[in-house]
Amino acid sequence: MTNKEIQEIVNGFGEGIQFSEEESEFLNVIVSKELLYSVCSQLKSHPDLKFDYLFCLTGMDWGEELGVIYHLESISNRHNIVVKVKTDDRENPTLDSLSDIWRTAEFHEMEVFDFFGIKFNNHPNLKRLFLTPDWVGYPLRKDYVDEANMIVK
Amino acid sequence: MEQIVNNSFKTQEYFVNMGPQHPAAHGVLRLLLTIDGEIIKNVEPDLGYIHRSIEKMCERDSYQQIVHLTDRMDYLSSHINNEAVCLVVENALELEVSERVKVIRTIISELTRLASHQLWWGVMGMDVGALTTYFYAFRDRELINDIFEETCGARLTMNYNIPGGLMFDIHPNFVKRTKEFIAHFKKKLPEYDRLLTGNIIFQKRTKGVGVLTKEDAISFGVSGPVGRGSGFANDVRKYHPYSAYDRVEFNEALFTEGDSFARYRVRIMEMWESMSIIEQLIDDIPEGDYLTPTKAVIKLPKGEYYQKVETARGELGVYINSTGTKNPYRLKFRSPGFSNLSVLNHISKGGKIADLVATMASFDFVIPDIDR
Repeated sequence: MTNKEIQEIVNGFGEGIQFSEEESEFLNVIVSKELLYSVCSQLKSHPDLKFDYLFCLTGMDWGEELGVIYHLESISNRHNIVVKVKTDDRENPTLDSLSDIWRTAEFHEMEVFDFFGIKFNNHPNLKRLFLTPDWVGYPLRKDYVDEANMIVK
Repeated sequence: MEQIVNNSFKTQEYFVNMGPQHPAAHGVLRLLLTIDGEIIKNVEPDLGYIHRSIEKMCERDSYQQIVHLTDRMDYLSSHINNEAVCLVVENALELEVSERVKVIRTIISELTRLASHQLWWGVMGMDVGALTTYFYAFRDRELINDIFEETCGARLTMNYNIPGGLMFDIHPNFVKRTKEFIAHFKKKLPEYDRLLTGNIIFQKRTKGVGVLTKEDAISFGVSGPVGRGSGFANDVRKYHPYSAYDRVEFNEALFTEGDSFARYRVRIMEMWESMSIIEQLIDDIPEGDYLTPTKAVIKLPKGEYYQKVETARGELGVYINSTGTKNPYRLKFRSPGFSNLSVLNHISKGGKIADLVATMASFDFVIPDIDR
């Protein structure tokens, strides 16, 4: 299935979904955080799309906005899509958890929470995964400063 | 009477720490087990004992430096990790490497896979009580390490790949010694089967233990030999070929049982396939440059890049978001071990503690790969 056909199907999933193929080898879909869960569950369940393999989940700090990038593949159809979601709330960023759509998201969302401080609604067990529970700050954010442990050029 | 008997045999749920210094974890992995007698109720991994935040370090380093950090993730697939970063940088720069580089990279990747699977086979036997396997495996692995030492100058963290090609050309003895090794190991691999595969105790410890269905494997993002033991066809070398994998013939090792024994058989079969791949390439390594020089300061064009490779543990993905400077804006390693670990709780619930050890052995965890 070509990217254009995928785009036509995904466009029917909700209002205001943006698409981009620039500067990337994949078809990028940018959704609002309200639409994230419903779009993603349809990406998996739609009979022509069947994106059943979430192979990469990346936390992201774009400077002003925080967000998550989901790389998806369909095992039966062998096509790919990238879903991006952003939130501009840096104090208390909250997104919906996708751990009941793709179970692997449970672990990866814990990692994103640990390093970016993004909270996930309906996550079964959201806690610090790598760092100690009393760690202050979120190290992979761009504004994180730790003078003792970081070499700042 | 019945009540008295029930009360005296009443058990209680309690916590046990498995690790961080547990011999079956092969590294600093801590599992918080909730158990009822011998039965496992819950497995909660506690990570971070060897976390170095490689992703944060990468945001500070140049692309040449990043290659060297990847050795320290999955140290048994160090060459393949290096290759992943080199490939993503080369693709982004649209830099064409010579055929010679592609073939040498593929041969060394397969030697790395063989060495990794040999070590896994040794410790898999040891974990379920067959100590002898360790010595057989290390006898043969030593020969591969000698080849690496001669050509790459190191035995474990090789740093042989750099963006644009290889650090230096192969050693004059490389072809001869690799052929000698293949001839040697073809005789020795059936010995592995005779020693462990057919062993009735080993089969009873692994058959039907830690069963993972295909649907769960896909949903949990389980790749590599673990996924293929459950019938999840996910070999990156087959479906997204890179380097010289598009010109060699090999079978994807696929079993459908999904238990620890199936995962064991996948890796044994992969060792045969790796030897076959090396044999197809070793006789005519094309002539050419071993390095296409890049600029001293590499700046990737603005954009996003993703490259996946098949390490000995599964699918390693490298995601780079570049803003056009000499450092990546964000670099993410999708490590196979981390995704594979996420399924451990799901498949070991209801089993015995000893079964968890067998399951973990068949998963072949390398902890620095999980922690990064």
